[in-house]
Amino acid sequence: MLILTCPYCGATAEETELQAGGEAHLKRFGPGSSDEEFHDYLFVRENPKGVHFERWRHTNGCGKWFHAARCTTSLEVFGTYPAQTTEPPQDIQDKISKKRPGWSWREFSCASAKDAS
Amino acid sequence: MSKAVSVLNGARFSGLAEVADAGLVGMITLRGDLESSAVAAAVQSTTGCAIPAVRKTVEASGNSVSWMSPDELLIVTAYDQVADLCAKLQEALTQEHALVVNVSDARSCFTLSGNGAREVLGKVAPVDFAADQFQPGDFRRSRLAQVAGAFWLDQGGAFHIVCFRSVGEYVFNLLKTAADPDAGVGVYS
Ligand SMILES: [Zn+2]
Repeated sequence: MLILTCPYCGATAEETELQAGGEAHLKRFGPGSSDEEFHDYLFVRENPKGVHFERWRHTNGCGKWFHAARCTTSLEVFGTYPAQTTEPPQDIQDKISKKRPGWSWREFSCASAKDAS
Repeated sequence: MSKAVSVLNGARFSGLAEVADAGLVGMITLRGDLESSAVAAAVQSTTGCAIPAVRKTVEASGNSVSWMSPDELLIVTAYDQVADLCAKLQEALTQEHALVVNVSDARSCFTLSGNGAREVLGKVAPVDFAADQFQPGDFRRSRLAQVAGAFWLDQGGAFHIVCFRSVGEYVFNLLKTAADPDAGVGVYS
């Protein structure tokens, strides 16, 4: 059972109160973009084994959309954060770096790995 | 004008807890910036209630105000006062970006009281109803088995349950089944 804390109402909501909203932080490619960019925007998604960022909606609750950072293998939840952002908050990224050194997801990655490269 | 009746016209059931259709209840949805002092002043002057904290219900002067979301309140009043209260709120909020709607006939209200009330509601909603976790004045939107619902616990220890009127009969039957005298679990007693 997945339990996420809604950042708007603070409820520890279990899966049946929530609706999965797919991958987080998608950047829209609309008019003026190349066919390839538009194709990727529509169809290409991350499917990681490990650290993942998703959108969820507290459907049977306050009704708000929010983000969650979690691990797809252990179901560990690293944190949840409001929808009004285009990237995971630094404190959540740091928390993940401590627990999953070397993680990367799209353009985001472990701080120490960035320093090494 | 046709005579208004609540969804199950005052139906009651007595089992592990007392389940009752609360009859006609005045309900108003207010959407707006809950941080705004103008909204707080409008709510205070018309209902006698302060803006509730997150997931709380404030009761005063026979009205109650509940926290539905960061930009939504549920105001409960007497059914025959609702049009008047709506007009007063609208008047008080003319300078604000806010919405006031009478939703009394779109929703249904039930009360659930008695010793088994926490257990009965605990069977149908994924919420911890232990006495130290869900206290008088606490409010929660969740689901009641398969439909959305909201509830709060009043200072007298009774739950007030709100759902869409279209699923009112479903919710009453659900609570009735959960309160069956032979279905006691004793989890919160
Ligand atoms: Zn919520």
